[in-house]
Amino acid sequence: MATVEARPRTWGDRFVDARRVTDGFLSGGGLLLLILLFLVWAVIDRRDAVVIGVVEGSILALGAVGLTLIYGVLKFAHFAHGDSMMLSAYCAFLLLSGVVTGSRPGVDSEILPVTISDLPAATNEIWKFSFGYGLLVAMALSALVTAGILVLLDRLVYRRLRQRNSGIVIFSIASLGLAIAIRSLVLIVWGPTPRKYTTAVREHIDLPFDTTILADQLFILAAAITVTVLAYILLFRTKLGKAMRAMADNPELARISGIKTELVIMLTWALGGGLVAVAGVLLALQAQLDPQLGFVLLLPLFAAAILGGVGNPQGAFFGGMIVGVVQAVVVTFGFLSPGYKFSVAFVILILILLIRPRGLFGTRL
Amino acid sequence: MTFTVPRLAEFRAKPASLIAPATIALVTVLLIAIPYERSNGDTSGVISFLVSFLTFVAIYAIFVLGLNVQWGYSGVFNFGVLGFFMLGAYTAAIVTKEPASGNFTDYVGGFGGDLDLLPWLSSEQWLPHLVGLAAAAALAGILALLLSVTALRLRDDYLAIATIGVAEVLRRVVIEETWLVNGTRGLTGVPRPLTGLVDSGDYKYLLLAICVGFLALTYFLIERAIRSPWGRVLMALREDEMATEAGGKNVFAFKTQSFMMGAAIMGAGGAIYAYAASSLTPEVFTHFFATFLFWAMLILGGSGNSRGAIVGAYVLWGFWTITLEFQSYDLPDILQTRMPYIRELVLGGLIVAVLLLRPSGLIPQRRQVSIWVERRLRRRLPAPGGSSSASGPRGLTQ
Repeated sequence: MATVEARPRTWGDRFVDARRVTDGFLSGGGLLLLILLFLVWAVIDRRDAVVIGVVEGSILALGAVGLTLIYGVLKFAHFAHGDSMMLSAYCAFLLLSGVVTGSRPGVDSEILPVTISDLPAATNEIWKFSFGYGLLVAMALSALVTAGILVLLDRLVYRRLRQRNSGIVIFSIASLGLAIAIRSLVLIVWGPTPRKYTTAVREHIDLPFDTTILADQLFILAAAITVTVLAYILLFRTKLGKAMRAMADNPELARISGIKTELVIMLTWALGGGLVAVAGVLLALQAQLDPQLGFVLLLPLFAAAILGGVGNPQGAFFGGMIVGVVQAVVVTFGFLSPGYKFSVAFVILILILLIRPRGLFGTRL
Repeated sequence: MTFTVPRLAEFRAKPASLIAPATIALVTVLLIAIPYERSNGDTSGVISFLVSFLTFVAIYAIFVLGLNVQWGYSGVFNFGVLGFFMLGAYTAAIVTKEPASGNFTDYVGGFGGDLDLLPWLSSEQWLPHLVGLAAAAALAGILALLLSVTALRLRDDYLAIATIGVAEVLRRVVIEETWLVNGTRGLTGVPRPLTGLVDSGDYKYLLLAICVGFLALTYFLIERAIRSPWGRVLMALREDEMATEAGGKNVFAFKTQSFMMGAAIMGAGGAIYAYAASSLTPEVFTHFFATFLFWAMLILGGSGNSRGAIVGAYVLWGFWTITLEFQSYDLPDILQTRMPYIRELVLGGLIVAVLLLRPSGLIPQRRQVSIWVERRLRRRLPAPGGSSSASGPRGLTQ
């Protein structure tokens, strides 16, 4: 916000001035240093919590990268992100099992004539995982479907608002409306009871330094890192990615330079949708499928995106990791019950808004 | 700076839109017809149905008015109405209730008995409620102040995220901290105001009168504030933030004030809700009910004017109540069990549809401050007939 010199000084101004003193230390890398110190301490003292935090953080990171791209390119806060994550997880569930809630709650019926589980050996457990290759196929298909849905919603809703030059807040309200619609759609089709992909036993794996991890969690971590690397290559090693980053940096300049902005916007939704779908499926694998989770997930997702700097995909990745680890470690302190997990993300968000609103890594692409 | 030719169409008298009256009429007819049909023509049943319906419309309209002060008048973006609602409702409840006793109740406060300061005016029936109302409004206003210092100074959408966060944290605190407000068991038996004044059978009319009276008071206070110089700055903010700042107004201060005022209204609304509902359980306070519903009411009614906010509350709560009645008809199972979610789907779709098709809502708000610029420009333009002696388009450039 530009300040106007002529007006009398208010308490707000004095507050801002006082903050500049603390900012000197905190923005000069001090905040990053404090976070690193915390992480080092956590690795030494709370290794099990850190392992869980890294797994959850990698899921959040995937969602936050998509969120920050949409935020950067389209300039609005996409409040349907968490619910899209749930929708894609349920979409993979449908493809895998064909199951929806029947005419009464608690009674399921299959609607798909052919499901992925019908493929030969699709549900045979690979290695120590609790699922077969069918889940991977379902995840990939769900990524395509979710990308398609988000592109379609952009065509139907957001593009019309763009053509009308609506303010960014109108976009956010529309995304809130879509978030409600998506959530209720999930509730209509699959009902409110939480579900799981498989009921197989989850095996532990021993890691060095006295820690254990579930085999599934190892898979989550590997999948999240693979997808992040793919997204990184797309963003930083291809021309389309360059166009996308240019759009996020300065839309007008990008348009003048001959970048097809509508195409880039479409690609942003598609990429965001793909990332959201992978994140959703992995989250459902880590916890469970729960339609109520979507809206609450917005807190850690936005905390991660703002922590990393809005529009900065690498920042969002590390932001997601940090939020995941801090959430998991703080819950082990014992003075907060696990129900407060997402409230921790909110505290991180408020702190970052107070101390360093540009985010840890700044908003550059 | 060059002005484009003003959108003259905006000044021509529009044919009065029939959509708003038609919608209101349709909702009203259904609200009378359905309970009439269900109670087999028993008018007293219809009346008590309508009385309780209108009581809650009045309460929800208070929240929508508060939201309108924030979003409609100054563009402050609050997605956490739930937070202010809960804060107000629980504050009012623990102020008015007696201290906790018994095995399964545990909460702080309970000042109802201490506040009987004017026994000769039977003050135990209204003084705790007034104190609770004031405390609720004050706490909600303070919460808004804290949030604006944190997030409002940065970006509009950061405030939205921060308010969602506050709402979620408060919801968790109410559920997890059983010592504070009795956790998931909830607070029951919040005393109602002025119970000694009428028979218990007629109390519902008095409650309706209290709620409508408070709504009217809020409405007139807001209208009064909006017509003051302070309100003109808010309206200028809504129409052109940058121009207002260039005009020497401290935009952040005005936005903070309007955010606080809206929050205080929501807190007071929460107090009225606690008195009318008389029991508070955390299951009621979902993001859907206490945030989305009010946003949908405001968007549907037309943001930026108080009448639109009240009409939106009436129409949408009417839709909500009517569809709830549908649920008890003999529908196929597949629809019956999904009715709550179908209603939510309709609501989410409605927000998007109104934004796309009729962005100004049922009762559109005309611009009021920057319209003077255009009106002046219009006077300088040659009238369509061509007989005007105005100086022509030269006056358009500066």
